[in-house]
Amino acid sequence: MDSKQIVAEPESAAQDVIEVGTLVEEVSIDGMCGVY
Amino acid sequence: MTIALDAPTRPTTGTRLVDLFEFGLDSPICLTWELTYACNLSCVHCLSSSGRRDPRELTTEECKAVIDELERMQVFYVNIGGGEPTVRPDFWELVEYATSHHVGVKFSTNGVKITPDVAAMLAANDYVDVQISLDGATADVNDAIRGPRSYETAMRAMQNLADAGMKNFKLSVVCTRTNIPQLDEFKAIADRYGAQLRLTRLRPSGRGADVWDELHPTAAQQRELYDWLVANGENVLTGDSFFHLSAYGQALPGLNLCGAGRVVCLIDPVGDVYACPFAIHDEFLAGNIRQPGGFERVWRESELFTRLRQPQSGGACSSCQFFDTCKGGCMAAKFFTGLPLDGPDPECVRGFGEEALAKHKDAGGGIPKPSGDHSHRTSPPRPRSGTGPVRVTIQRRNDLSRPPVSACEENPLAGFVPQQTTGADGRQQEGSRSSHA
Amino acid sequence: MNPDSAWRLHPQVSVRPEPFGALLYHFGTRKLSFLKDRTLLAIVEGLADAPSVRSACEAAGVAPDQQGRYLRALDTLAESHMIQERAAA
Repeated sequence: MDSKQIVAEPESAAQDVIEVGTLVEEVSIDGMCGVY
Repeated sequence: MTIALDAPTRPTTGTRLVDLFEFGLDSPICLTWELTYACNLSCVHCLSSSGRRDPRELTTEECKAVIDELERMQVFYVNIGGGEPTVRPDFWELVEYATSHHVGVKFSTNGVKITPDVAAMLAANDYVDVQISLDGATADVNDAIRGPRSYETAMRAMQNLADAGMKNFKLSVVCTRTNIPQLDEFKAIADRYGAQLRLTRLRPSGRGADVWDELHPTAAQQRELYDWLVANGENVLTGDSFFHLSAYGQALPGLNLCGAGRVVCLIDPVGDVYACPFAIHDEFLAGNIRQPGGFERVWRESELFTRLRQPQSGGACSSCQFFDTCKGGCMAAKFFTGLPLDGPDPECVRGFGEEALAKHKDAGGGIPKPSGDHSHRTSPPRPRSGTGPVRVTIQRRNDLSRPPVSACEENPLAGFVPQQTTGADGRQQEGSRSSHA
Repeated sequence: MNPDSAWRLHPQVSVRPEPFGALLYHFGTRKLSFLKDRTLLAIVEGLADAPSVRSACEAAGVAPDQQGRYLRALDTLAESHMIQERAAA
């Protein structure tokens, strides 16, 4: 499964590149800040 | 108490997840639950200033009631920590209760109680995960932070878990100036025991404030860490603690969002609910689960969390080209270094944090003290060199109204105070009993 | 994933509806998926009762020209074991 990362391009940080029409996004349960 | 703030309109399909989460959720996705302030260690950077048990700790029944609430709210997962959670006599009972009520558990431990029998029990439960804390790939580096023989304890625990067939438990490291040179070795240790490596950020929280200046990574080391994660980090967890490093160019995997009060929070050993375990301070205290409405009401209606779920002002940072992923960094890191929350992170990779800290210092600014301190009382600090004597401070108890009774005293109840609520410093009153051993 | 076969939610998955869609958590794999669309949630919840994935989409009101988009989303969920094929009756 390929991971979909949000890449921040310096010139267009305000519009992140996301896949058009992505209805599902996956994150590791560890991917939340504020947890041990 | 409900605040009549209008909930911000949520954007529709196609938006970034992180934008949806900034408005908060009806229930946390997961949360940290510190079960006790008691700990057998005294790590120099402890975010919760743990060591001594607080006598106001939640009882076993109160803990089960919290778990019932979490089940109702469909919180998927709790990260149980402390102090050292396994020193609570009811720890295994609570883990079993949680996992049989649809609440997954990952608990964080220094390994002191992970015997072969315990490891076998854990390996047999699909809904428990274990996280072993280690802050050095060698004993000298580790024990300087976590105390004598703590390295040995962690290694033994990991060996027991591996021998019991426990797959993919976590080896969790707080990245410091002294251990960033050891990243490859940490990976090797994790691989050796079949564990998954987790690298997390040091925050100046709890006792961390005392050692922040000497232990937080240098700018060069931050870059080194970032490069290492990009090159080797595919199976390495980070707890999303490095989103401030996204200004180096590519955001690391994770939500890249401060989850405090939005998707996560902390429940502490006495039932206080804080925005995040790195922010144990009155400023970030949302309420207490012992109040009417329990945890659910605090999560959904507290003034603090409602405020955090409003769009945040980035202040000076919002004009930065990396603001969208860096978001001005970590709220706790800013707060405990005395920096304003609407300004740069103290470790801003573009150097704005250092600048802000210098200005703050020049202006004579101080740093907030943690609201509580459950540290072990040794004064001066216990030597870390080995098995030296533990120095203890002898002092008079302040909660007794008079010195111990003399033989001539006529009143048999002299010095006895009927059971009352414990004082603000949590001390036990004479004549009352702690509910735990 | 064959859209003409019968599927269902994996028994170890917990579904939590949210205003923006839903959160799916798999207790076995510890993976978290976010559905960013309420229609997708309706499809996923209707899978167990539908004879095929395609009919679950229709039941949720998905127009034929939109089906591709939803099937791709369901593929992602299949890959992470959030949904699984139902055993033949």
